Amino acid sequence: MNYIFQLALILGVSFVGELLNAVLPFPIPASVYGLILLFLLLCSKIVKLEQVEQVAGFMISVMPIFFIEPTVGIMNSYGLVKGKIAALFIAAFLSFAAVLAVTGLTAQAIMKFKNKEKGREHESE
Amino acid sequence: MNLNDFLAESVFFGIVLSLAAYKIGFEIQRKYKKVFLNPLLISIVIIISFLLVTGVSYETFQKGASRLSYFLTPVTVCLAVPLYKQLQVLKENVAAILISIFLGCLSHAGILIGITAAFGMDKQLLFSLMPKSITTAIALGVSDELGGIAGITVIGVMVAGISGAVVGPVLLKLFRIRDPIAQGLALGSSAHAIGTSKAVELGEVQAAMSSLAIVVTGIMTVVIVPWVAGLL
Repeated sequence: MNYIFQLALILGVSFVGELLNAVLPFPIPASVYGLILLFLLLCSKIVKLEQVEQVAGFMISVMPIFFIEPTVGIMNSYGLVKGKIAALFIAAFLSFAAVLAVTGLTAQAIMKFKNKEKGREHESE
Repeated sequence: MNLNDFLAESVFFGIVLSLAAYKIGFEIQRKYKKVFLNPLLISIVIIISFLLVTGVSYETFQKGASRLSYFLTPVTVCLAVPLYKQLQVLKENVAAILISIFLGCLSHAGILIGITAAFGMDKQLLFSLMPKSITTAIALGVSDELGGIAGITVIGVMVAGISGAVVGPVLLKLFRIRDPIAQGLALGSSAHAIGTSKAVELGEVQAAMSSLAIVVTGIMTVVIVPWVAGLL
């Protein structure tokens, strides 16, 4: 029974996400409203971790099966992609490398700065 | 009654085909342990080949299989749980996490605009690729809001993930990214869950940062991408 209530809670939050997506004017998917809502419910302890943890863990572990149907839909868009496949792959790869470099180098610079500050605090103590 | 008509009426055909194809993909990966043998990728190839060979239409397949995608929204909601579990790590490094991922998202959008323009690709392809460095669940939602093509978005997400697992560590070395927190954020924000599987091999800090970066990048992309797309 416990699993059913966990699922019900997750579906309930999804439903509120849908509602927010319909009512609010922002281009934010229902799922992301739901994600933020559940995160806030957990942070404020209104929902306890053990009330969702098992079903959430299970759903995340099988997540890829939920992507199968939309991906197979690429069959119907083949005409649009034809002749651009190499370009698509190059664009996807280069943009991946850019994120890795920019995020990594920025975080590293911030951490260096932070550690220096910490070092100074220790010296003055 | 021909095959297509019967299958179009069937509730279970699409679901069974999806799950069976995924199972085959899963077993192949378990046996050969190669990142590019991604179970999702294999199952897509199997299903498309099956449909082309038998002449069963995509719509027939979709009728049953779309029942599985009903769970896309709830599974995305579930990502709040790992995020909450990393709350302490998030609080301790909030500046490094938010600033670096914000700049990463901006550079992702910028580079894509440049490349797609250079190759003469139209806006729909650009919009399909813009959400591609985040977890598929959120990427599909963003792609849908922008009017992108779901299939291309998922392929883009997979290219990013597989690249992260295959050349991620090499790129970290090349760019001299040595700080463990920076390594984790770099892998998670560029290659989501598949990149995180590599971060796990690098160490505990990298793993925690990478899994946190998946969700933070997802939420940040939801905000940044429609805004950038609106400027075009």
